[in-house]
Amino acid sequence: MTHTTATGVETEPGIKAIRLRHPWRNIFAVVLLIIVALFITDAAMRPAYDWPAVGKYLFDQRISQAAFITLQLTVYSMVIAIILGVTLAIMRLSPNTVVSSIAWVYLWIFRGTPVYVQLAFWGLIGTIYQTIDIGLPFTEPWVSFPTRVALSAFILAIVGLALNEAAYMAEIVRAGLLSVDSGQEEAATALGMSWFQTMVRIIVPQSMRVIIPPAGNEVISMLKTTSLVTAIPFTLELYTRSRDIAAVTFETVPMLIVASIWYLFFTSILMVGQYFLEKRFARGIGDRRPDKKADDAAASLTGATPVVGSGQPTVVLPPTDPPQGDR
Amino acid sequence: MLDTPMVVADRVSKSFGSNEVLKSISLEVKRGEVMCLVGPSGSGKSTFLRCINHLEVVSSGRLSVDGELIGYRETNDKLYEMHPREAARQRRDIGMVFQRFNLFPHMTALQNVMEAPIRVKGLSKAGVEANARTLLARVGLAERADYYPAHLSGGQQQRVAIARALAMEPKLMLFDEPTSALDPELVGEVLDVMQGLARDGMTMIVVTHEMGFAREVADSLVFMDGGVVVESGVPTEVLANPQHHRTQAFLSKVL
Ligand SMILES: Nc1ncnc2c1ncn2[C@@H]1O[C@H](COP(=O)(O)OP(=O)(O)O)[C@@H](O)[C@H]1O
Ligand SMILES: [Mg+2]
Repeated sequence: MTHTTATGVETEPGIKAIRLRHPWRNIFAVVLLIIVALFITDAAMRPAYDWPAVGKYLFDQRISQAAFITLQLTVYSMVIAIILGVTLAIMRLSPNTVVSSIAWVYLWIFRGTPVYVQLAFWGLIGTIYQTIDIGLPFTEPWVSFPTRVALSAFILAIVGLALNEAAYMAEIVRAGLLSVDSGQEEAATALGMSWFQTMVRIIVPQSMRVIIPPAGNEVISMLKTTSLVTAIPFTLELYTRSRDIAAVTFETVPMLIVASIWYLFFTSILMVGQYFLEKRFARGIGDRRPDKKADDAAASLTGATPVVGSGQPTVVLPPTDPPQGDR
Repeated sequence: MLDTPMVVADRVSKSFGSNEVLKSISLEVKRGEVMCLVGPSGSGKSTFLRCINHLEVVSSGRLSVDGELIGYRETNDKLYEMHPREAARQRRDIGMVFQRFNLFPHMTALQNVMEAPIRVKGLSKAGVEANARTLLARVGLAERADYYPAHLSGGQQQRVAIARALAMEPKLMLFDEPTSALDPELVGEVLDVMQGLARDGMTMIVVTHEMGFAREVADSLVFMDGGVVVESGVPTEVLANPQHHRTQAFLSKVL
């Protein structure tokens, strides 16, 4: 709910008008403030929150180690997911129908089942495939070792999170690539650039503007999804660790608060990072107006002074459905 | 070698599915010649230009540039489709300018001009930059080197696009309606740059509706309609005295 008209009148230079008042909006704001204040004072004094315990455990070494592991899970699985997602996105756009269909089936399976179920499957991989064999099919394997030894719960957690996330990243990347005008590829090709050079230098940098906002949401979402790796079971990340401590000390509520504070701390850092990335990739593009002709006329009339890389990063929603909701 | 034509099209045809867009086009462009290609919308002018640098693959016939067959390799009377790498090598020598400019919006004017020589030819940055600044000066934009395309007028963008194509030192330049997306008052500055290029001896094929440019600058004029060359000749003669009724009808609309 924005009332651009009201403020618009005010900024109009020649017009002196009495600003439109919004009494109900103000009353609503005051009511909200009162409710928030009441909640905070109540929470500060309520014994169940046990703030001294929160303070005691916030920097407990077990907790900070678990927070570090959560961060590792997030970073490693996101890196793999992005690489795999880009590959899948390019496969989806391939003129070869077998290649694009395989990518589609991957997306169908990994987006169509809950990540918790997928993680449980990864936890059972050592039961389903008891050994990992390397060799030619239908011959004696050259090397063979037990799956449980080769793949720790930590690795399985990363693989499980990454393979699920790759399906979502693939759609985000695909939408980003398709958002770039086809004339760009044509111009690069006409200059003699190879397909790979065209992708890396021309298409991908321009698609970043569309990719980064939803991808940033994915990173934040991943940070929280790591709490599900208990399905594997992997128990050393932040949520499971704090719950395990609470199970011994019976300080359940303070431990949940401790975990929440750490999650909020990381998401805040990620949001700052996202802001700067968006600024970086808005260079030259961020402030382009949709009306080309008006743009031309304005620039030629004023002899426009360059405002390099100014302009707020614009959030452009990808044409396909962005992934949402619980997974 | 010097008297072989720069471009030879020999019965070039192109179909999209069942839609035959080019029907047995044969023509020659000599070295240093400026050819204007005119005709109604949908007559296949853009498709023909795109075939010349292999952005479209011809369906039949032969197209060669500077004596070299485009897109195919001929061994023992057999044609083999080229690897994309070889096609890319052929495109380096053919500059192309688009109706919608197609500048890279995330790069400044200077970076636009420097991109291909660095990435494609692998030249050193310092030399490329000096050359790029010279080219920008040549199209009258020395002052705008560090502007992003969004902060340039359409005419300025198109001149950067011409400089970008020239940076690869092409032996042939293709222009696909370079002034059609411009406001009328900006057309002249782009045509001036093109006229300068023609004066310097660049071989050019120009798809355009600017009959004044065709009359003054072009050495030959080709009128296309429905995928065939209807009429061609010296621009002043074709424009003053069109022989075919389709040419007459078209010219009566644009002149
Ligand atoms: N990639 C394509 N696929 C299918 N049809 C096309 C394609 N490109 C052009 N055409 C068709 O070819 C015809 C000629 O187009 P074009 O060469 O752009 O004409 P012009 O440039 O003379 O206006 C048009 O009917 C157009 O619809
Ligand atoms: Mg056209």
